Amino acid sequence: MLGLIIFALLGTIAAGTKWSDASWTPNLALDLEGGTQIILTPVAENGEDISSETIAQAIDVIRQRVDSSGVAEAEITSQSGGKIVVALPGNPSEETLELVRTSAQMAFRPVLAMGNPTPTDTTPTPEPTESAAATDPAAPAPTPTPTAAAEEPSDEPTKAAPDNPSDTAYYITPAVQAEFDALDCTDPANLTGGVNGDPDKAFVTCGQDGSAKYILGPVEIEGARISSATSGLNQLPSGGQGNKWVVNIAFDNQGTTEFTDVTTRLQGLAATPPQNQFAMVLDGLVISAPSLDSGVIIADGKAEISGTFTRESAASLANQLNFGSLPMTFTVESEEQISATLGSEQLRMGLLAGLIGLGLVVVYSLFQYRALGLVTVASLIVAGVLTYSVITLLSWLQGYRLSLPGVAGLIVAIGITADSFIVYFERIRDELREGRTLVAAVDRGWERARRTILASDAVNFLAAIVLYVLAVGSVRGFAFTLGLTTLIDVLVVFMFTHPIMQLIARTKFFGQGHRLSGLDPRRLGAPESRYVGRGRVVHGPRPSGVEDAPVEDAVVEDEPTPRVPVAVGGGAAGLTIAERRAAARAAEQKAATTDSPVDAPTQESEPESGRTEGNEH
Amino acid sequence: MASGFAQWGNDLYTGRRSYDIVGRRKIWFTISTILVILSAIFLIKPGLNPGIEFRGGSEFVVSGVSDTDQQLAIETVTAVAPDEQPKVTTVGNESLRIQTSTLTNDEVTEVKNALAEAYDVPVTNVTSSFIGPSWGKDISQKALTGIVVFLLLATVVMTIYFRNWRMAAAALIALFHDLLITVGVYAAIGWEVTPATVIGFLTILGYSIYDTVVVFDKVRENTADTLTQTRYTYAEKANLAVNQTLVRSINTSVVALLPVGAILFVGAFLLGAGTLRDIALALFVGMLIGTFSSVFLATPFEVVLRQREPAIREHTKKVLDARAARAAAGEDELVSAGDVRVAVGALKPGAHQGNAAQPKRKR
Repeated sequence: MLGLIIFALLGTIAAGTKWSDASWTPNLALDLEGGTQIILTPVAENGEDISSETIAQAIDVIRQRVDSSGVAEAEITSQSGGKIVVALPGNPSEETLELVRTSAQMAFRPVLAMGNPTPTDTTPTPEPTESAAATDPAAPAPTPTPTAAAEEPSDEPTKAAPDNPSDTAYYITPAVQAEFDALDCTDPANLTGGVNGDPDKAFVTCGQDGSAKYILGPVEIEGARISSATSGLNQLPSGGQGNKWVVNIAFDNQGTTEFTDVTTRLQGLAATPPQNQFAMVLDGLVISAPSLDSGVIIADGKAEISGTFTRESAASLANQLNFGSLPMTFTVESEEQISATLGSEQLRMGLLAGLIGLGLVVVYSLFQYRALGLVTVASLIVAGVLTYSVITLLSWLQGYRLSLPGVAGLIVAIGITADSFIVYFERIRDELREGRTLVAAVDRGWERARRTILASDAVNFLAAIVLYVLAVGSVRGFAFTLGLTTLIDVLVVFMFTHPIMQLIARTKFFGQGHRLSGLDPRRLGAPESRYVGRGRVVHGPRPSGVEDAPVEDAVVEDEPTPRVPVAVGGGAAGLTIAERRAAARAAEQKAATTDSPVDAPTQESEPESGRTEGNEH
Repeated sequence: MASGFAQWGNDLYTGRRSYDIVGRRKIWFTISTILVILSAIFLIKPGLNPGIEFRGGSEFVVSGVSDTDQQLAIETVTAVAPDEQPKVTTVGNESLRIQTSTLTNDEVTEVKNALAEAYDVPVTNVTSSFIGPSWGKDISQKALTGIVVFLLLATVVMTIYFRNWRMAAAALIALFHDLLITVGVYAAIGWEVTPATVIGFLTILGYSIYDTVVVFDKVRENTADTLTQTRYTYAEKANLAVNQTLVRSINTSVVALLPVGAILFVGAFLLGAGTLRDIALALFVGMLIGTFSSVFLATPFEVVLRQREPAIREHTKKVLDARAARAAAGEDELVSAGDVRVAVGALKPGAHQGNAAQPKRKR
């Protein structure tokens, strides 16, 4: 069964190396492998000062975004001058870089006008907006469009205050119109995005794919009102699943109210397209400007952003929206390869230390448990293979990266994994001391060791889960390693060590307690007088394949404890028949010791207390 | 020797040999208190020495170098500021980034000149700036939240598993004891605290509770039926449990400490300052103290708490009274024989040993 798991793991990796970009070694983290360093310089918006709080906030957002894409352990620091230095391990993919670079400032604005991407003639064409204003009962006379190209377009609105954010008369000033006319969305330079513009004024920009240009009203709903975002395939009206990638967003309470208001108002403008459209603006570009189907008022605070998404870009946008926008926009100052800070020397030494440690563990367990130590070693090897393959697999699928603290954590895991075997073996020995045969001892010992192992591992696993969910950065990486090794520990004990013990308990070498098996009942002080049937009791050592050396136990020198019958019920003076017999036998045995010294330790090693407690559970 | 050790294990298990760990709890409590106070003193003075990951520092970038030898940069910086542990990274093909903890203005100029000289580039090619901490307050904050939540959950889980909050309380006391002493030793040695050290402390957090749970599981098993018998007190049964798991505790700690010791040795003596040394020291001290505390601190403390329970207190009194009465009457031969039997396992009727234990028919 376990073999099957390992086989499946290795098979997956093999398939991965052959058909994908997996490799046989796990990816290494920043400290061991180096990576890419990106220096971001903030773009001051409206001449605002950049406080250290906003930088800290930006670092927090970037870290959350990077963490959400795997266990990569990026290193993010601030530098003097408000710069942020992001170091990502290895060669990060374009999507990951995008996560770091884009500010993801999202805003919802009503569409006031849209047009072809190419610059419009300076001679104003009849704008749909002009007639649109007429349908707005509250709106005054249509705005005068710029009359002459030579005239400097005025930026002064013609009205004192807008009636609502769709008020074209107020927002489309001559200057805005001129800007709109001049904008060329077929020019790639205009499609790089940037700042989102003044939230209280009209905003002229391009569609993300350059297929249209827009005049947008003021910001109606801010990106901060989004409570959650997920990516997925779009839902068809029929309820089925489409084949386009979309980002589904849900607003918080305030956003829901605002969104309901907006959709209600836009329904009133259904007669004057494109004013019944609202645009979703991301980093200064319109990613989507859907129109409302007639009669639809969205009141549940849910919206779907469709655009030209791929699976990756939809996921990355959802990520960005989830963790909020950066409080400012950044330009990438430099993007360079950096070397490892620790280098191969440390890794090599770390692995060397691990090997030395492992060697010592092997020697110690062979010394303590004799042949049983081999079971420990075999189990550790299985655990090692399992850990290595899981890490390799996860570094391919999940972006897990092994840092030097991670390596140290894995070496430490040797100890914790070995502890499970020690708990188990000690329980088996306890059962042997009770006089059980090995097969029975393994079964009962397992029942009790299992409880202990599960309880203690559960605590470790709890720590791993809590820290993984709540912490960030390298603490998260640590939690991941801890959880992984704990799971593997349980897996190995249950599916390898215990079955192996059951198997070897049936062999002659272990089952009859060879001196070197580590499970020698005599050494463990098991009662050696056994009933062998037909009214006969055998005293002395159990028969075994080897020549029996006298048990040279330290106890021999001990002053033999007088074997005294114990009164039942505490304080009752009378002896039971069994007790009288036992006393008689004890006296007999004592007399016999002079003749057969070998029997003396036998008697002594039979504990007066017979059954120790706690064994019946 | 191994046979001696195994025999010792047997004696501990059967109670033939027993160390009165619970009874001498005053000694252990005193030792622990002294250690904790010492650690607290070390934490105040000299205190922990946080690395540049926590405090931020100075950064130098040497560009246009022909030789990107990192060791040269380390030597250059340590020549100016001997206490520094600079982090050197190659950036691109011909630049080096050197990070140190915050230096004074004079030192910055000095390091700049030294670096320019060492790499044979004009001084203008060496730029310096200040960098913020990469392990900022928010990471610590979140890690701390995580730990608090974990401790709460672990308390709940232990209370449910052991069906007694006192065990959870004792385990937590032992945990804080372990963490405080580990951090204290780290402060006393004065090595720089790096993220690796913090990871080490976190590992101790898990290990300490893990180890305590293993010991407590045996205590729970042994003391399950304390109130249904009158031969032994709760304390004696708990003490037997500790003795019975002593061999396991020793074996586990040796097996866990061997690899950590190997890393510590390699890290401290072969590599000098670095991640390996930092994490290994934290782990070595923590695991040692963790084993000590789960045997000598957690269980005695748990017994102290349990003995405040009316039922247990009454039971203890009853057992001791009965024992004294028997001794006075000379009825209990065991006691009158002067045998120290206090911590021995209770008598129990035999149980079925499995079919295989039955005699086989002779062929």
